[in-house]
Order: sequence, then C-alpha cells, then structure tokens
Amino acid sequence: MNNERRDRLITVCIWLMASCVIASLFWLLSDIMQHGFKEINWQFLTTAPQNSGRDGGIAPILVSTALIVLVCLGVSLPLGIGTAILLAEFSPQSNFWENLWGRLVRLSLDVLAGVPSIAFGLFGNAFFSKTLGLGFSILSGGLTLACMVLPILIRSTQEGLMAVPEDYRRSAAALGLSRSSVLWTLLLPAAIPAIMVGILLGLGRAIAETAALIFTSGYVDRMPESLLDSGRSLSVHIFDLAMNISGGEPKAYATALVLVISLVTINGVISWLGAWFRHDS
Amino acid sequence: MLTDHPSSIFQTQNLSLRYGKKPIFENINLATTSNSITALIGPSGCGKTSFLNCLNRLIELTPKSQISGEIRLNGEDIHKMNVVNLRRRVGMLFQKPNPFPLSIIKNLEFPLREHGIKQRQQIDEIIESSLQQVGLWQEVKDRLQSPALSLSGGQQQRLCLARAIALQPEILLMDEPCSALDPISSEVIEDLMLHLRNQYTLIVVTHNLAQARRIADQVAVFWVQDEIGRLIESGTTTQIFDHPQHSLTNAYISGRKG
Repeated sequence: MNNERRDRLITVCIWLMASCVIASLFWLLSDIMQHGFKEINWQFLTTAPQNSGRDGGIAPILVSTALIVLVCLGVSLPLGIGTAILLAEFSPQSNFWENLWGRLVRLSLDVLAGVPSIAFGLFGNAFFSKTLGLGFSILSGGLTLACMVLPILIRSTQEGLMAVPEDYRRSAAALGLSRSSVLWTLLLPAAIPAIMVGILLGLGRAIAETAALIFTSGYVDRMPESLLDSGRSLSVHIFDLAMNISGGEPKAYATALVLVISLVTINGVISWLGAWFRHDS
Repeated sequence: MLTDHPSSIFQTQNLSLRYGKKPIFENINLATTSNSITALIGPSGCGKTSFLNCLNRLIELTPKSQISGEIRLNGEDIHKMNVVNLRRRVGMLFQKPNPFPLSIIKNLEFPLREHGIKQRQQIDEIIESSLQQVGLWQEVKDRLQSPALSLSGGQQQRLCLARAIALQPEILLMDEPCSALDPISSEVIEDLMLHLRNQYTLIVVTHNLAQARRIADQVAVFWVQDEIGRLIESGTTTQIFDHPQHSLTNAYISGRKG
C-alpha cells in the first residue's frame, strides 16, 4: 500500500514537471502568435521597413537572413563533413600520440561548440571584417556563423560515421573495395541521419543568432545588392525593434513569429529529407 | 562462366602475429592444397580467425597488429602483392552475415563495378550465375531491388557468398560461416562448401568438429599453449580424426578437452 502510494506520488511529480515544460513553451509561442499574427500579411513580407521599422515590412531583412544562412551553410557543410571524414575515417589511432591527438581535436571541438556567440562575433569582427577587409557585410556574418556551426556539424557527422558498424568496413576491405567508394556508397549514406541532425542544430543556432551578427553583418536594413553589403538579420531586427525603437514592439513580435515559423519549416523539411533519404537507399 | 584457375595454394612459414606486445600465435607453418577444403579447428582464442585474417591481409585493419614470417600464395609473397589484387584473388565469408545496407542487386553490382566490370550485360550475367551458384537465384530473382537486409539470415549469408564469388576468386576464406545460422541454413551452406570445393580452394575456420569431419580434406589443429596460439598438428581428415599423433588433438577430437 505504502509502495503504491509512493509510486503514484512520483508519477504525479513527473507529469507535473513535464507539464511545466510544455506550458512554458506553449505560453511563449502563444504570446508571440497573439501579438505577431495580426501584423503579418503579404505586404509585411514583401516591403522594406519604414520609419526605423515601426512601419513597412521586412523584405530586405528576409533576403539578408537567407543570404547569411546560405553563406554559412555553403562554407560549413563541405568543410565540416570533410573534416569529420578525416577525423573518423582517415586518422589512425594506433599509438598513444595519435590517440592523444584525436582526443585533443575532439575536446577542442566540444569546447568551441560551447563558446558564447558574442566571442565568435568579436573574432569575426577582428578577422573577417578588419583583417580580411570584408567590413560589415553579409559575407563576414555568414563566415562568422560558419565558424560557430562548424564544431556542431563536425562532431555530429563524426559520431554518425563512427556509429556505422565496423562490419561494413571489414567486408568492403575483404572485397578489395577502395576506401573512397566505400565512404561514398556505404558510410556517408549511413551517416546521413546524424549529418541531418548536425545541420538542424547548426542551422537553428545560426538563424537565431544575434550577438555574433551585430559586429559582422551589421545593422543596415536596406535590400542587399551583393554579399559585400551589410545586411540585417531577422534576429538583429527583433533586437533593434524591441530595445532601441520606441513603438517597435508590434513589428518585433511579427518578425519573431516569422523567425519561429521559418525555423519550424526548415526543421520539418530537413527531417523529411532525412526520412526520405533513408527510405530511398 | 567461371574460368579454371591454376591450382592455388597458401604456404606460411614461421608466421607469428602480435597485437602490440601481446603475442597471438607463433611459428605457424602450414600449407594448404588446392581444390580442397582445409578446416582450421581448435578451442576459442587459439588464433584461428586471426590466422585466417592474415591470409588476405585483413589483419592490417586491426590497430597494433604486427606480423612476422612469410605467407606465400603460389610462391608469391603476399606482402609484396597489391592488396586489392590479393583480396580479389582471396575472397572471404565472415561469421556474421554482413550484406551492405543496399538492395540485393547493388550488393553484387557495387564490388563488380569497383573492379572495373562496367558493362550492364556482363554485370547481369555474373550476378545471375553467382546467385545460381549459391542457390539464391530462384528465391530473389523477382525482388532484386529490395533491401538485402530484408532477407533471412541464411539467405544473407548466401548473398555474401555470392558477392564473394562474383569476383571470381581463387581461394575462399570462411570464418565460422555457419555459426550464426539456424541448423537448416547451415546445412545449405555446408552443402555449398562441398559443391564449391571443385572450383575453389576453401579454408574454413570451424568450431564444429562434426562439420570439419564431414566436409574437410585437410585439418589443422590450433591450440593455446602458454597463452600463445600454436599449430599442434595438421594432416588429412582421416589422419587427424582416426590416428591423431598429438595427445592434445586426441583429447580434443574425443571431446575430453577444449
């Protein structure tokens, strides 16, 4: 009887905790929906901001955000997957020093993944904007984000590759198959789900990033004409409207809603792609 | 379809293997005869599988492995051969069926293309004849595009065997090919081995003494002495099972040890 009562108490506690989590998420989303929904219409998505963003829309900001994310992914995907392949498949760990080297690389990637984004922003500002002379530009912003996303992408791809059963490598080797085609035909497809998770986490971090972009891609809310123009991302726009512009809150909510919807959409598309790929192969 | 190969034999001379500082086996001198089945028997941990892995140099994938001594294939030192060529001539079947997570046809096609066989017609012919040889053709010919992993364990193992013989090796190494299978499937594989003996030289690791006695022409008995694997006796199946020279062999085959 006593045991039964304790079990029931624990069950209630667990349900309560889970409900708290769901409730806070629900509250946050409904708050954004409630305030943002009435501002969103076709015009909001297709016109430029006016009066410091109090009026008009977010068209140039959407374009800048998309460009920044594209630069970020365009650089970090090949670099990240390549590095992960090198670490997982082509780094021998047959002696103490090679083992130490592998562990060191993994550790530094994990530390890098945890570095606050503002530190990446400062680095991006010093290196891409000043040293490389890219100034405040979409390119600087995208490259800075790529640096942020890389460790996440590398680690998850590496984990994915290392989770592929050793059997495949051995049986492929016994058939005299080359490592590159084994990688291409067997290992990478098997690691696709993990790579997708990495892209998802990285993209989520990139698209919602504010601190690192203020120093690098800047504030300008005009329609960008090239990657070397400064461009304002959605999150920077929200930050600006909420903190610096009096009367900007309705549009800040609307922009936040657009950001959330695009994140959910991207999430859905990538998960669907992952599932489709697994069924296809 | 299959060409007649010149009789191929392995010969090892003072072959020793260690992982780092730990010796696995020492001073193995063994010669296999062509177009026959050589069974490697002995208790667990005596280095049979490691020995088999030395013959196609798969052991090189294991970190810290060090080989000393010589292995000759038809007189040629295998460590001086191109490893891809060696592995094409020496096929392997593993203990656990391990088809690739691709379709049935891709499992056979992928290695063929890798080895430069790219004509559709030729590929299809080889695939059909390989699957015929392992008795799988009738079972899968209508679903060549379905995933190989949807086959049963015994079918998967036969697919792996077809994948190996599609490359027309001279020798097939088999590492306890029946131990992960149900009795009926293992009987099918066993019949296949007897059938394949006419075309290939088979070297089979087995824990199953009765199986060794049924199928093997030669038997090599491995044993652990002072924690190091050694070859204690080898000879024809009749010699080993009916007139064992070594007392340990006698104890092992009569079930008193191992």
